[in-house]
Amino acid sequence: MARAFTPKVVTANDLLEGDVIYQTEDDRWSRELSEAELITDEAHAQVRLLDAARQANKIVGAYLADAVAGDNGPEPTHFREDFRRTGPSNYAHGKQESSPQPRA
Amino acid sequence: MYRYSEFDTAFLAERNAQFRAQVERRIDGSLTEDEFKPLRLMNGLYLQLHAYMLRVAIPYGTLSSAQMRQLALLAEKWDKGYGHFTTRQNIQYNWPKLNDVPDMLDALAEVGMHAIQTSGNTIRNVTADHFAGAAADEVADPRPYAELLRQWSTDHPEFQFMPRKFKIAITGSENDRAVIKAHDIGLQLIERDGVLGARVIVGGGLGRTPMIGKELSEFVAFDDLLAYLEATVSVWNQIGRRDNKYKARIKITVHEHGIDAIRAKVNERFLKVRPQFKGADMNLLEEIKGHFAPPAFREGSVASFESAYTNDPVFRSWVDTNIAPHKNADHAIVTISIKKHGQTPGDATAEQMRVMADLAEEFAYDELRISHEQNVILPHVHKSDLPAIHAKLKEHELATANIGLISDIIACPGMDYCALATARSIPVAQEIATRFEDLKLEHDIGHLKIKISGCINACGHHHVGHIGILGLDRAGVENYQITLGGDATETAAVGDRTGPGFAYDEIVPAVERIVEAYLDLRDSAEETFLETYRRVGMAPFKAVLYPEAQANAA
Repeated sequence: MARAFTPKVVTANDLLEGDVIYQTEDDRWSRELSEAELITDEAHAQVRLLDAARQANKIVGAYLADAVAGDNGPEPTHFREDFRRTGPSNYAHGKQESSPQPRA
Repeated sequence: MYRYSEFDTAFLAERNAQFRAQVERRIDGSLTEDEFKPLRLMNGLYLQLHAYMLRVAIPYGTLSSAQMRQLALLAEKWDKGYGHFTTRQNIQYNWPKLNDVPDMLDALAEVGMHAIQTSGNTIRNVTADHFAGAAADEVADPRPYAELLRQWSTDHPEFQFMPRKFKIAITGSENDRAVIKAHDIGLQLIERDGVLGARVIVGGGLGRTPMIGKELSEFVAFDDLLAYLEATVSVWNQIGRRDNKYKARIKITVHEHGIDAIRAKVNERFLKVRPQFKGADMNLLEEIKGHFAPPAFREGSVASFESAYTNDPVFRSWVDTNIAPHKNADHAIVTISIKKHGQTPGDATAEQMRVMADLAEEFAYDELRISHEQNVILPHVHKSDLPAIHAKLKEHELATANIGLISDIIACPGMDYCALATARSIPVAQEIATRFEDLKLEHDIGHLKIKISGCINACGHHHVGHIGILGLDRAGVENYQITLGGDATETAAVGDRTGPGFAYDEIVPAVERIVEAYLDLRDSAEETFLETYRRVGMAPFKAVLYPEAQANAA
């Protein structure tokens, strides 16, 4: 029996900046996972992934990542996606960045 | 120090111009990512978890102060103010923008540096003993030969699309500080009857199938060495497996065919290749040797050093831990720890890089080295300058006296940066270092090497750590396996797994239990962790790591 489909978001890296981006329902790319389109249908997921792949001049390496519905939009189910939406744990860089310098 | 010839400079300028055009074509949509990816990897540009990453080669770990300052400039101008020194004597920038990378490469070219072949299935940056040219125990400086290998392997037409990557390390000493037995080819310089040559080790490597290298030849004279190495790589390039990337490295080829069969094939190929080498390589080697002439070591009293050593306990502790003997008795080799307790192993800020460059220029004959253990070395320092160097290092959080101790940890970037990682390694290293600093035990524990990798590819050399830690993803949770008894030196050994892994919040306490057990078990303060492990074996460590299993078995 096929495994039940678990909800997904389409995520990739921005071509120029290299940072993590998420596909939204209205076809934008957002820096915030919470703004991503949470896809609950497998066929729709494949279509959205194809939509992403067509934007090869803007993004790199689109794939479907597991996510769940949270109070403020999609949330990660795996720690790798949690790091991708936040940044590294040794400096406040990436999406958690508040200051441009690595060490206070 | 090697200075680029007109040929080197022109070659690099052309490569950089090519890559600039390739980046432009990617951005304007003429190249797809599938087309662009191999091109960017050839130039050291990866796409990691949060950003692009540029890996710059530091050939045989040697830098001038001007080069170090340029690395600082790159960190400041195009990154977030720091760089990460790696276990293969490279520096990685974690946050470049695609548009900026061509400018970064041009800036590197200004000081004779590049990122070519820091990725891809090519011969990678040739690494060397970080004490080369300075060590008291050395037959000869291995760096001229390493530079010859850099020139030979760069853009070598036969070796651009091999079954997998290929790593060469070289040392001039019997005491192996370059981990030659964990490389695809390891070279140990040997002098025989007045002729310089190398012992050739092949088929070492870590990763998913760790192997200790085997001796391919006990001695090949320099006259024949390049032809012999070309023959070796060539044999593997032909028969190495391309059907499965996990079985493609030469260690698997050697394992599957056997070292004797490989040796026979290499010897056969060598006879064909040898006539193509008509001595131009040896002429070039002679010329390169001129670039690496030792500095004119200055003379002078070492009284100020001795007085500081006697009177300043902090300085004395640093000297006892971070200084190694130099071939010139009035000189010393200084290892600058970039592993202050709680910091990321191998990271240096732009300011710290400039301070180290200034010290090299003022006191160390303008030379710096990067070690595979992710520290920075001033290879030639007159002992009377040590107090001034130490004082300056202290001002910039660079005077940590922990070389070879439990907080001098090798750690790969792990899942904080790396797209391949299965778990984090940096925070584990930070917490181990901080924990043992709090316990004030590290000098009592003595020589103990912890090495941490965040995935099975083993960039953090965990297999050859006295204590090795491997971070894995177990059912969606970080889990850490421990190995004991690994050894990265001339007595190289792969560590033994203790048993089931530990959760993220259990790994530091587990290491602490291992260390406590060692302190109880050692027969004197002189017996190192590795010696104790070899004497008593795994059982007592298993007992403290898995008390429940012991209780259940009883």
